[in-house]
Amino acid sequence: MTAKLFSPKEWQLTLPLAFFLHLFYIAPLAVLLASSFQQAVGVPGFSLAQYGEFFRDSTNLKVLTDTFLLGLQVTLACLFFGYPVAYVYNRVTGIWKSVMTFLILLPLLTSAVVRTFGWVVILGKQGLINSALQGLGIIPEPVKLLFTHHGVTIAMTQIQLPLMILPIVASLSQIDSRLLAASASLGGGAWRTFWKIVFPLTLPGIISGCLLVFAITVSSFVTPSIIGGGQIMYMPTLIYQQGVVLLNGPFAAAISAILLVMVLAVVVGLSILGQKSRTYIR
Amino acid sequence: MSSLTPSLVKPQSDSLEKIDRLSFNWIMWGIAIFSLLVLTLPTLIVLVASLNSAQTLRFPPPGLSLQWYAALFDYPELWTAAVTSFQTALWTTAICVVLGVSASIAMAGSRARWVSAMDALVMSPLALPGIAVGLGILTFFSMIGLRLSIITLVISHVVICIPYVVRTTLASLTQLGGGLREASTVLGAGPVYTFFHVTLPLIKQGVITGSFMAFLSSFDNITVSLFLSDARTEVLPIRMWSMIENDLDVRAAAISGILILITALLMILMERLSGLSKFLVKS
Repeated sequence: MTAKLFSPKEWQLTLPLAFFLHLFYIAPLAVLLASSFQQAVGVPGFSLAQYGEFFRDSTNLKVLTDTFLLGLQVTLACLFFGYPVAYVYNRVTGIWKSVMTFLILLPLLTSAVVRTFGWVVILGKQGLINSALQGLGIIPEPVKLLFTHHGVTIAMTQIQLPLMILPIVASLSQIDSRLLAASASLGGGAWRTFWKIVFPLTLPGIISGCLLVFAITVSSFVTPSIIGGGQIMYMPTLIYQQGVVLLNGPFAAAISAILLVMVLAVVVGLSILGQKSRTYIR
Repeated sequence: MSSLTPSLVKPQSDSLEKIDRLSFNWIMWGIAIFSLLVLTLPTLIVLVASLNSAQTLRFPPPGLSLQWYAALFDYPELWTAAVTSFQTALWTTAICVVLGVSASIAMAGSRARWVSAMDALVMSPLALPGIAVGLGILTFFSMIGLRLSIITLVISHVVICIPYVVRTTLASLTQLGGGLREASTVLGAGPVYTFFHVTLPLIKQGVITGSFMAFLSSFDNITVSLFLSDARTEVLPIRMWSMIENDLDVRAAAISGILILITALLMILMERLSGLSKFLVKS
């Protein structure tokens, strides 16, 4: 009874935030979308000129495919390197668990500029990798790692790794350990138990990890702009170049809209898969 | 797990089973240890590089010195940027807490359909490109004739940081359930009294963790600030970005070293205070 008396007022508590987000988030995105249909800066009216310009130029198309490729490679690499970390995290106990928590969370919470800076020191001409390989006599000349797509992929994988590990840890911890015992007592070996039981049961965690890593990778600016230098462009660096450096607002808006559509398509697709995998487990 | 239960079905070959188990453990632990090393490497490298005694950035450094930390004192633009970032993050966090906690209370108390729509709206800035959001907000502000200032910067940061506060607060509220609040109301306490004396103390950990995450992500934000901070409101990450981007200033290593130490200390403090890892690892 009392809860009913209380609730008609309670829902109104959400109004300030809803109002704030509509005014400063939804409206700006709508304005952005509208400005992408301008013919040129300051010319009102509806035109697909900006989109036409984007898709006509093969350089822009390469930026689009490079960005998608980067997202895909980083996501798969994070899954490959992150899953075992999550698996081991659920096995260790005591002080090692605290140590692992610290090692996983510190990079997550450290500033992206700082982490990228670390990779500049590692990948640079006089950096860790080149010094080590030259010192061992494996290579005579420094290898070019900075300002390459591979360099960006390596750095981004390390930077996004915690975002893949955390949802998988959550999924793994929900697995009923009796299932594993049952599998072992029925003669299922370690690999078979893993692929037939553990891996499928963690699909929800894997999917939400992939969703986060992909969305954030294709949207990130700092690491691609520093590690990629001016030589390799991705969608966010192109938006910055067009919008801030060249002051071509409508074109930058059109590129933003294309990036938004790409992210939304992947996010919605993976979310549907995630829902399916959750019902499949139950 | 294999050590827990002895096999009921005798495997055909003990050695095959052993190879199976060993190869699985070796590969899992091998990749995990490698990944953890790579995960930690850049942080360690930055700390070592910041103690470099040479004039250029090289690894390994020829000698150790604190000269780059000392050089920071003679760099007023950096301190101005740090103060702007700190103020922005503080205001952003305060606004996020007020808006986020009140919305979370309403969302946790209702099972109506608008809750999931609101949830999607609040969480979406986490997944959508910050650079598009930043450009959109800038276009919007220039359309309605609002000039850039620390206020516009804070507004844009609230949009990006609000998901953290709502997520952790909602998690705490869901765990709490409605029983205690109802009991308080039945006993005659008004909604405001119930909030400050019953609900808030019980969801404190979620609110603190969310505020911490919101503060860090505002302090660290570049994509939105790129569009919304100008020369007068330059923030620290942008200053550092241009230091690294243009000429690989070694002073960037020193400021990075300071940021790593502060982050690590805050993390340990937050773990003690509100069980940070509980929220980040299991939610």
